[in-house]
Amino acid sequence: MNNTNQKTKIIAFMAPAMILIVLFYFAPAIMAFLYSFTDKALVGITSKNYHFTGIQNYVKMFKDPRFIESLINTIVFLLFSAVIGQQVLGFILAQLMQKQSKFIQSIVGLAVLLGWVTPEVVVSFVFFAFFNTTGSLNSFLGLFGVAPKAWLFDYAMVAIILANIWRGTAFSMLMFQSALAGIPQEAREAAWLDGVGRFQMLTKIIIPIIKGSIVTNTTLVTLQTIGLFGLIYALTGGGPGYDTTTVPIYMYQKSFVAYQLGYGTAMAIILLLFGICLSLIYMKSLKHEL
Amino acid sequence: MDRTQIRLYLKKNSAKIILLMVAALFIWPWLWLIFASLDANAPLTVKIPDRFTLDNFSQVLSKGSNYRSFLNSFIIAFLQSTLVVILSILAAYPLSRYRIKRKGTIMYSLLFLTGLPITAIMVPVYMVFFQLKIINSLLSTTLFLAATALPYSIWMMKNFLDDVPITLEEAAWIDGAGALQTIRHIIFPSILPGIMVVFIFTFSGSWGNFFVPFILINSAEKMPAAVAIYQFFGAYGSVQFGQLAAFSLLYTLPIAGLYIISQRFLSNGFTLGGAIK
Repeated sequence: MNNTNQKTKIIAFMAPAMILIVLFYFAPAIMAFLYSFTDKALVGITSKNYHFTGIQNYVKMFKDPRFIESLINTIVFLLFSAVIGQQVLGFILAQLMQKQSKFIQSIVGLAVLLGWVTPEVVVSFVFFAFFNTTGSLNSFLGLFGVAPKAWLFDYAMVAIILANIWRGTAFSMLMFQSALAGIPQEAREAAWLDGVGRFQMLTKIIIPIIKGSIVTNTTLVTLQTIGLFGLIYALTGGGPGYDTTTVPIYMYQKSFVAYQLGYGTAMAIILLLFGICLSLIYMKSLKHEL
Repeated sequence: MDRTQIRLYLKKNSAKIILLMVAALFIWPWLWLIFASLDANAPLTVKIPDRFTLDNFSQVLSKGSNYRSFLNSFIIAFLQSTLVVILSILAAYPLSRYRIKRKGTIMYSLLFLTGLPITAIMVPVYMVFFQLKIINSLLSTTLFLAATALPYSIWMMKNFLDDVPITLEEAAWIDGAGALQTIRHIIFPSILPGIMVVFIFTFSGSWGNFFVPFILINSAEKMPAAVAIYQFFGAYGSVQFGQLAAFSLLYTLPIAGLYIISQRFLSNGFTLGGAIK
């Protein structure tokens, strides 16, 4: 009696959240999977009378040079802005800040957090101004006699990478700050006494100790970056040409501009699979901490 | 100071100097936002205005549609966060307090969902909403956003609940209080900081979200600020820089303020929090 009572209670408590998750989160993911094997369109005849087309969308995708280009762009963007850019800068900041006064720590922390608290559309505007031909970067370089450059046109990928480093470094910085704070002082001291140099201290002592945090952080920043849409879309629109078209942007264009929903969902599935793999790595990396 | 002294000073303070330079680099792009918003003829470069003016702000605030967009953002963010807080406490309570078969599986599934990129499910979500004719609705957009924020919030809420000693509740149970009453009178006050964390995370994630309303909402009067400001950029923003900057600041400051003020609440939830951004 008491047991069934408790069971009902558990179900009643958990049901509202679970229903919402299943309806709005889980079901669309399953539908995406099913639709990716059809030729469904957003409007017109094939919006209702769509057909099962097997893996045609996937075959088409990997034969589509623009999709391949968007995939390469995504990887370049991911690697240089998040995996390398945000993490290396975040780590350096965290490392340098360790022995600084509270005052320096809060100034630097606040400056870096500015990017983090700025909504992504505003990040785009800020960098639209920064990289513009008549923008801040060119006027600064002009002081040294450097001729103005069309950054958003000729170096569009570099521009979105820098914008994303600006936006996301705070996260890695805070993660590494707490990881570094966890290194026992004795480990460093022992290494000093053994005459270990600065570089070796980093590679032989610090990095091995915080390896877990690095893995966790890498998966998290990757997951945060892989679906990034607004920042790139508002800053470059994926252009010039397809230079900054990442998978989310190409997916959006195919689904909502070209109305090929089936094709668009196939791309979504690729994105999702990538996210699933990373999510599993993330869970595994947390397992020893749980 | 002669050269050797300078060199010595630089060497001693190299870390400090590098840090301050990086800080300056991070502030630099933002300065444009502030100066341009106060300049009637704002250029795209960082320049102290010849004459400070609040005209840009009054221009932006004179449009009813801009108020409307802020109101929409607030409605979505507030409803979503409230819903998420209530539902996540309810769902986390049994996970924290009762023996449940497959509790580990549930917790791992939640963590797993936390990591998935929302961008990837927007196309099918649009299709479902389109077919069910619930597209372009603040309510359905809010419910969808709540669903995406729930896995992580339940996960966090369970951790907060685990920290509350069970003895207080046992006393309440002996006095004959039901589970809901216990939650309201015992649990709720003890995890208030945790509730703040979940609320602020959800609220700021919602306020800053661009892609979800961009896809799901298409009529001007329902657009939240994130989308309205993007439309403004397309229509006037590439000419009226001052107004674009003022609009952006008005949109950014509430959330930046909320975030910075609540730092002390947020510090313990931060590490995982970015996953849902």
